[in-house]
Amino acid sequence: MNLIQLENVTKVYQTGEIPVHALKRVNLEIQKKSFVSFIGPSGSGKSTLLNLIGCLDKPTEGKVFVNNVDVGMFDRTESAAFRGKTIGFVFQNFNLIPVLTVYENVEYPLLMLDHLPSKERNDRVSRLLEKVGMTDQKKKYPNQISGGQKQRVAVARALVTNPQIVLADEPTANLDHATAFKVINIMHEMTNEFGTTFIFSTHDPKIVGEAEVIYTLEDGTIVSSEIKKEDKK
Amino acid sequence: MKNLIMIAFRNLFRNKRRTILTSSLITFGVVLVIVFGGLAISFKSQMVGILTNTAMGDLQIHRKGYVESIDNLPLNLTLSGTEFANVEKTLNNIPEIAAYSPRIKFGAMISNYAQTSNIRMSAVYPKMENRTVTEFVKRIKGNITDPDQFIKPGEILVPENLMRGLSLKIGDEIVLVATNKDGSVNAVTLRIAAMTENIFGPSGKDGYMHIDDAQSLLREDKPEIVEIAIHLKQYDQLNKVYTQLKKSVNASKTQIEVHTWEQLSPFASIARIVDLLILVVKFILISIVLVSILNIMTMSVYERISEIGTIAAIGTPPRRILSLFLIEGFAMGLLSTLAGIVIGLGTLWIMNITKIDFTFGTMNVSLAPSIPVGEVIIVAVIVMVVSLFAGFQPAYKASKMEPVDALGHN
Repeated sequence: MNLIQLENVTKVYQTGEIPVHALKRVNLEIQKKSFVSFIGPSGSGKSTLLNLIGCLDKPTEGKVFVNNVDVGMFDRTESAAFRGKTIGFVFQNFNLIPVLTVYENVEYPLLMLDHLPSKERNDRVSRLLEKVGMTDQKKKYPNQISGGQKQRVAVARALVTNPQIVLADEPTANLDHATAFKVINIMHEMTNEFGTTFIFSTHDPKIVGEAEVIYTLEDGTIVSSEIKKEDKK
Repeated sequence: MKNLIMIAFRNLFRNKRRTILTSSLITFGVVLVIVFGGLAISFKSQMVGILTNTAMGDLQIHRKGYVESIDNLPLNLTLSGTEFANVEKTLNNIPEIAAYSPRIKFGAMISNYAQTSNIRMSAVYPKMENRTVTEFVKRIKGNITDPDQFIKPGEILVPENLMRGLSLKIGDEIVLVATNKDGSVNAVTLRIAAMTENIFGPSGKDGYMHIDDAQSLLREDKPEIVEIAIHLKQYDQLNKVYTQLKKSVNASKTQIEVHTWEQLSPFASIARIVDLLILVVKFILISIVLVSILNIMTMSVYERISEIGTIAAIGTPPRRILSLFLIEGFAMGLLSTLAGIVIGLGTLWIMNITKIDFTFGTMNVSLAPSIPVGEVIIVAVIVMVVSLFAGFQPAYKASKMEPVDALGHN
C-alpha cells in the first residue's frame, strides 16, 4: 500500500503577472519505510514537491494523498494537526529555536502537540538524543553546538512524535561532506529502526547515492526514477 | 500553557537591551501614575477632609434662596421653629448621619476699642458643632481643655488674620456689633478665648461664638437657625444620604434645600480638575504601553518569521502561535507593572516618611501621600489589558502566516 500518492499534481506560482509552473502533472507513489531522495537542479521543483507532501502548501491541480487522505482538503488548523501527528521536518538551516536547549528543542513538538505524561516525554527525548549521539550536549543552546550537531538535533526533533514520514529539504547543504554522510547515515538508521519513511532532496550526487529510491526532477517533472535497493515492504 | 509561558519569557529576553529599555518606559509610566495618583488623591482627600471636618460638614441645610445670597449672610432666610423641628426629626431617623449642628451665621463689626473691622460669625452649640465638624478643634490655637466646650457664653474665637490685623491677644475683650433682621443695631462685649486658623473656602475665616450670645445680640426670642451642618458616619454615603434628604425635604413641601459640600465649595472644581489630571496621566500610561508593546511585538514577529514557519511546520496550531506572542506582550506588561508598582509604592513610602509640607492659600498642608489598593489594581489591570490589546495585532499576524512563506523568509 502506498503511503504517499500524487495524482497529476501541478503547482503554479504567480510571480507578478507571470505564472511559474513549479510542478507539471506529477504522478508519484512512495511506499512505507522507504528512504527516498529527490535530486535535481535549483528550480526543478524538489522543494515544492516536499512542501505539497508535507501539507505546507496546496496543489494548483491534482491531488496529494498521504495515508489515503487527500491533504489538499485540509484547512490551516487541520493541516497543522496532521503535520504534527504524521510528518517530521528537517530543514537546510536546521531551524532550531535559539532560546531552547538541545533537549527542549527536541521536546518542543511534544509540548505543542501531545499531552504526554512528562516521564514518557522524557523517555522519548532521551532515547532519541542518545540515538543521534547528542545526550552529552542536551543542556547546550543551538549557538553552542556545530552545524552537524544542530542537524542531528533537528533529526531527533523530527522523529520525536513518531511520525510516519520525515521530510528533509537539502538537509546536508550547510554541512561538510563527512558530517553530511554522518547525518544521512543517522537518518537511514532511523528508517531501519523506527520504520519511518525518509524523503530528502539534495544537489549532492554523492549523498543521493545513499538513498534507496531516487527521483530526478527537471523543470517541474520527474524525468527518471531509480530503485537502488529492494523495497523493504 | 506552562511551557508556552516559559518559552514566551525566554523569547522576551532574547534582546535584553531592547526589552529592558521598553520595559523601563512602561515602568516609568506606572511609577508616574502611582506617584502622581498618590499625591493627587492624598491632596484631594486631605483638602476635602479639612473642608468637611473642620468647617462645612458633609451636607448643609438652608432655607431656599439662602445659598444664592450667602455672601450677604441674610438673617431673613432662616428656618422656622417648625421647620427646624421637622428637619431634626428627619435627621435623627437617618442612621447614616453621625451628627448635625445648627448654626446662626451673620455679619458683624469687631472692635478692639481703637480699630474696627468686619467679621463673619458662626454661632453654634459647641458640643453639637464638635460632633459635626470633628477636626475643628485642631484649627483652634489656644488653650481648649474640653473640645465639647470649645466656646462658652461670653467668649469668642477670632480668626488669626483678624487677630493680627487688630493686634489682639487671647484674653482680650472685644466688642461685637451686629444689625438684626429688623435693622436694629446691638452690641455685646466678648472675651477672646482662642483664635482659629484660616482655611480655604466658605466659613474658612469665620469667628465663632456661642449660639446663646448670638440670640441675645440679634434679639431673637428663639434661635433662628440659618444653617444645619451634617456629618456622616461614612463619607462614601454622601450621595445616598443627599438623595434621601432631598426626597424627604421635597415631600414635606417646605422652603428648605439640601446641598452637599461640593455644591457649596469652590474646591469641588479643583477636586474635579485633580480627577481629570489623574485621568490624563492614565491616558499617557495607556499610550506608552500601547505604543511600546505594539512596537516591540511587531519587531519581534518580523525578526522571527522563519522561526514562526518552523514551529508552524512541525504542527503548532495557529491558536498556539497566537497565544505564544500574546503571552510575550502580556509578560512584558506584567514585569513592567510589577517593577512600576514596587518603585512607585517605594517612592510614596519615602515621601510618606519625609512628609511634604506646603501652603495652599493660607492653609499649611502636610501631605503624607498614599494610594488606595483599588487604584493600584486599576493601574495594573489597565497595563495588562492594554498589553494584551497591543500584542494582539502582531500575534494575529504571526498566527496567520503561511508556513511555506514563513520558512522561505530570510
